[in-house]
Amino acid sequence: MAELQFREALRQAIDEEMARDENVFIMGEEVSEYNGAYKVTEGLLETYGFKRVIDTPIAELGFAGIGVGAAMNGLRPIIEFMTFNFAVLAADQIINHASKVKYMLGGQVSVPIVFRGPNASAGQLGATHSVAYESMYAHFPGIKVIHPSEPGDAKGLLKSAIRDNDTVLFMESEQMYGLKGEVNEDPEHLIPIGKAAVKREGSDVTLVTHGKIYHTVVKAAAELAKEGIEAEIVDLRTVKPLDIDTVIASVKKTHRCVVVDEAHPFAGTAAEVGYLLQRDAFDDLDAPVVRVTLPDVSAPFSKPLFDAWFPSVQDVVDGAKQVLYKS
Amino acid sequence: MTKEAIFTPVGKAAAELASPKKSGKKGTSLFEKAVDLPEPTTATPAKLGLKKGQLLEMFESMVLQRRFEERAMQMYQKGKFGGFLHLYIGQEAVSTGTTAALKEDDDIITAYRDHGWGLVRGISAREGMAELFGKATGCSKGKGGSMHFANVEKHFWGGYGIVGGHIPLGGGLAFANKYKGLDRVTTCFMGDGAVDQGALHETMNMAQLWKLPVMFIVENNGYAMGTATRRHSTGELWERALGYGMKHRVVNGMDVLSVYEAMKEMADEVRKDSMPWFIEIRTYRYRGHSMSDPQKYRDKDEMEEFQSLDPIERLKTVLLDKKMATQKAIDAIYEKVEEEVMDAVEFADNSPFPEESALYEDMFSEPNPVYHK
Repeated sequence: MAELQFREALRQAIDEEMARDENVFIMGEEVSEYNGAYKVTEGLLETYGFKRVIDTPIAELGFAGIGVGAAMNGLRPIIEFMTFNFAVLAADQIINHASKVKYMLGGQVSVPIVFRGPNASAGQLGATHSVAYESMYAHFPGIKVIHPSEPGDAKGLLKSAIRDNDTVLFMESEQMYGLKGEVNEDPEHLIPIGKAAVKREGSDVTLVTHGKIYHTVVKAAAELAKEGIEAEIVDLRTVKPLDIDTVIASVKKTHRCVVVDEAHPFAGTAAEVGYLLQRDAFDDLDAPVVRVTLPDVSAPFSKPLFDAWFPSVQDVVDGAKQVLYKS
Repeated sequence: MTKEAIFTPVGKAAAELASPKKSGKKGTSLFEKAVDLPEPTTATPAKLGLKKGQLLEMFESMVLQRRFEERAMQMYQKGKFGGFLHLYIGQEAVSTGTTAALKEDDDIITAYRDHGWGLVRGISAREGMAELFGKATGCSKGKGGSMHFANVEKHFWGGYGIVGGHIPLGGGLAFANKYKGLDRVTTCFMGDGAVDQGALHETMNMAQLWKLPVMFIVENNGYAMGTATRRHSTGELWERALGYGMKHRVVNGMDVLSVYEAMKEMADEVRKDSMPWFIEIRTYRYRGHSMSDPQKYRDKDEMEEFQSLDPIERLKTVLLDKKMATQKAIDAIYEKVEEEVMDAVEFADNSPFPEESALYEDMFSEPNPVYHK
């Protein structure tokens, strides 16, 4: 084990997989000479050269699609988006092509591709750089969506994503790249896609979360503990396939659940988890499921407005108290 | 201010709007429509290195593509299958000349007008017709239908339904060939409508920048659905190449020998220098955009003019003139194809639909994928 930054964990995963399989290459804006907009790919050019570490023009639709075509024809591309906000320009390739080609051609091809990059808000970046896209992509069959919160998970899951034979979206956060954590350095240590992890045990309330806002939830759990409330934190790690079984197992213990989701409320991951719990764990719930999400409003720039927009530790604490009828 | 209608092309059409012709002829358009065909090649089959056997195969293939779709249309009208049906009829010289010019492991990808492409790249009439019928025996197991014929084993990567969406895929096929050091040329076909999509321009830029062994080929049939090329795209289509410094060429797509000659020269060059091409093959589709198209946007004179240039009749004339085939031999080909197509219809009709369990198959590679329920 080693203590690594999130970006270093990602780089180690990419480096190990590129060393393992020469069909793996990475392509995106600024990944090569610039060493990565967020330094995830730092040093890879020196090791693997321009053939396998490829700078692209600012043309998300084009290079995402070139990645899909290359994957169909036997390669394993890692396509880096500087942010998933820009990937919207490539949505045709992800949604209409990567996720569907295998099915519509009756299984004649596979698309082993990873689209990765930061997702969701990263502070005062304004309305177009702050959107969480995981539940939008999770809506579509044929796409796996990973959104880890810690360096160790990030490495093991990215390695699984690169080795997966189908389309995987791997989401990070600009604000997590410097975050440190324990990382398993065994190059064969993989974390399976679609498995949640109980990151904190507790008996009073289940807090379900994923991605960067996990760290807000950790702080909220510490606050709740001061008041004698023991929260169990389930980190989904993968949004799709959604590991609802781990959530249900926790809820059978705590009987109360708050879903904390750094996305807008409508038809998001929080909504889906809430639906599944009422369907599959109705009799185990002692209170309606509460969700803590962004409001149904675009990201503001101004600091006080931004703070009002982004879910806070207090919002999570309040949510927990609501399901405990303690508010 | 001159009297110029808004949102019409400039030039001739605008001038005519200012002083309209009083022809009084119903259906006569003010716009220049259809395509200007460049001169066909003057090279003889012998000069092109095409032997009698090859020419007869090409002729049979063109007749098969034509007859397959004529029968498909009938079956559609009889209610044998539903969905979209975009016919390639009239454009067969493009698929046939190209395939004859390419090597077997050169890659082909196209848009949704794909039946002809499937048939020239090894999809049997049976597998094709069964796919149209949505049967399990179809080339894409009934999962794709008319727009998604594919035979990946034979390097036909399929037909795609989002206009322009498959162009980056073509770039990616070529990228992988170059990455792996394979001596394969990728031919990425599209309709004239796709020329206006950003996906083409992003891909052309990267293809030229990265010297990808790919040919972007527009089958300009004069209409993007019902909008004439001159009404949807400014200038000439081939001029798009100029901004990228890309090699370009305009080809007569009503003459299979012209297509063969041009495609062979260019593909050989790509194999040597790994530099992309942008090619405009001018052609004409004799049927509507799809089965629901009343074709009010073009007139009979234009259709008759292009009917007189039928690429199948043209090759037939060559075969007869060069005494490569007798009328009897030609008739025998038509009979053979007719039997093949009727057998395909019967096969498709009698084939089973996919089992309900097939609904969940082919989404993922893993044996037991998790589906959200």
